[in-house]
Amino acid sequence: MAGTVTQPRRRSPAPRNLTEPLPVRVGLTLIALAFLVLFLLVPLAAVFSEALARGWQAYLDAVREPMALAALRLTLLTAGIAVPLNLVFGLAAAWCIAKFDFPGKSALTTLIDLPFAVSPVIAGMIFILLFGRNSPLGPWLAAHDLKIVFAVPGLVLATVFVTFPFVARELIPVMEAAGTEEEEAARVLGAGGWQTFFRVTLPSVKWGVLYGVILCNARAMGEFGAVSVVSGHIRGKTNTLPLHVEILYNEYQFQAAFAVASLLAFLALVTLAAKGLVEWRSSRAGAAADAAGPGEKAA
Amino acid sequence: MAFRFKQHSVLPGFRLTFGFTLFYLTLVVLLPLSTLFFRSSSLGPAGFWAAVSSPRVVASYQLTFGTSLAGALVNAVFGLVVAWVLVRYRFPGHRLVDALVDLPFALPTAVAGIALTTLYAENGWLGRPLSAAGIKVAFTPLGITVALTFIGLPFVVRTLQPVLESLDPEVEEAAASLGATRLQTFARVILPALLPAWITGFALAFARALGEYGSVVFIAGNMPMKTEITPLIVITKLEQYDYAGAAAISAVTLVASFLILLAINRLQAWSTRLTAD
Repeated sequence: MAGTVTQPRRRSPAPRNLTEPLPVRVGLTLIALAFLVLFLLVPLAAVFSEALARGWQAYLDAVREPMALAALRLTLLTAGIAVPLNLVFGLAAAWCIAKFDFPGKSALTTLIDLPFAVSPVIAGMIFILLFGRNSPLGPWLAAHDLKIVFAVPGLVLATVFVTFPFVARELIPVMEAAGTEEEEAARVLGAGGWQTFFRVTLPSVKWGVLYGVILCNARAMGEFGAVSVVSGHIRGKTNTLPLHVEILYNEYQFQAAFAVASLLAFLALVTLAAKGLVEWRSSRAGAAADAAGPGEKAA
Repeated sequence: MAFRFKQHSVLPGFRLTFGFTLFYLTLVVLLPLSTLFFRSSSLGPAGFWAAVSSPRVVASYQLTFGTSLAGALVNAVFGLVVAWVLVRYRFPGHRLVDALVDLPFALPTAVAGIALTTLYAENGWLGRPLSAAGIKVAFTPLGITVALTFIGLPFVVRTLQPVLESLDPEVEEAAASLGATRLQTFARVILPALLPAWITGFALAFARALGEYGSVVFIAGNMPMKTEITPLIVITKLEQYDYAGAAAISAVTLVASFLILLAINRLQAWSTRLTAD
């Protein structure tokens, strides 16, 4: 599923009789690279090339334009609310699912994955059904002058919904793998609940937490379908960066659209780099623990 | 909470975390999703059927289903090659290429959408040579397939990679020492072991494609009956304030994706049984 921490095991090259002939290996490698270049690298290059099509000055003008800056602020705000909320939820969910046994555990895990199965368009629509003008809550909200859809709260809700599973689903397997012995030892030695959590559990799963937060943040900042439905596209008010890209593009301001899009593409590249770094660090930490493991048992 | 609802444990915090998890799940996910079914049930059976079976909607199902299937199939074939190459062969830039596979997860769909549209438009880098050869991509079902291939690419690769890595080399050694050719070993030994993960990756890519909106809407052209995907019809209905109609079509889509995910879960149970034997 979307971005599970997979740590590639180092694999020594297979002996000659156990691998394909050289032409086959080269051929397969070339096919794989051609496919990835065509479908990943060329579109990425197109974003930056179109963004700079009219030079650096036009690029900077498009990026520094007030509406683009307003969109950037709104994107940071929605991600700044959605990511911490889902982080707290992810920690709580992982603690109760990974550390305890109770009936209905697998059903709960499935329900947590539910938003991954929902189309972004539907994710946005349900908040219009819930809070929109024709909804049961609509008249009450209007009477109290509360705007949720076509306003910032709706954007935040839709973003929270689509990024809901990210931290939890990264953390649950990591916490399950860590087991409960260390926490039990901490308790027996007199540590309090929160103390156990902050001093024992959190340090051992910190890479999993970081990994989940990185993925959650990337989706929160880049979400398009769900926020497009609830936004109402009011410039400077309810336009996040991806929505701003859409508006510029539909107004045939291609260079400006790609300039703003290049910011998001850059964010994607930073996300990939951070993800790679976390995978590398956590696999090193895992290898160090493996190396220390047998010695501890012997002692 | 029932006495002894959970197994006894010295660890604290079960009530707090379980309670918060349920509360947050209900508030953020279950309650909003349930409105979908309440609202679409307000149509009554006849109205529901009329909303979800009008010719324009059925044409969109066919298009969405067909292009999603095509995209997932392309990914199944090339995803296997990519996963194989990344796990088994080493070449310069190997780690970089491996990291790049996740780009479709990280790149906002709207950015992918406008990039692909510009590339495959008639005056684009790839659209110009293709249209000279008589192939139109942008604003046709082929363009939708291209976008859905982009979106689904990491699923097959990332589900296959860990399985390929965990294959026991001794099994292949045994096959080779018993006289199997490399192709026979692949077809008779490796492929059967990969099959559950391969189908799972395919199904994940397919399920994701069914609901995809951002990357498709720019390249599709959005002509009713021809290049209009189901999520776009939902948005059109919402803009016309036909909330019940939008909810009904969404309910159909949602049930379809649930069935696929259920199938994936069964598959994974089957594959764990296979590896346990």
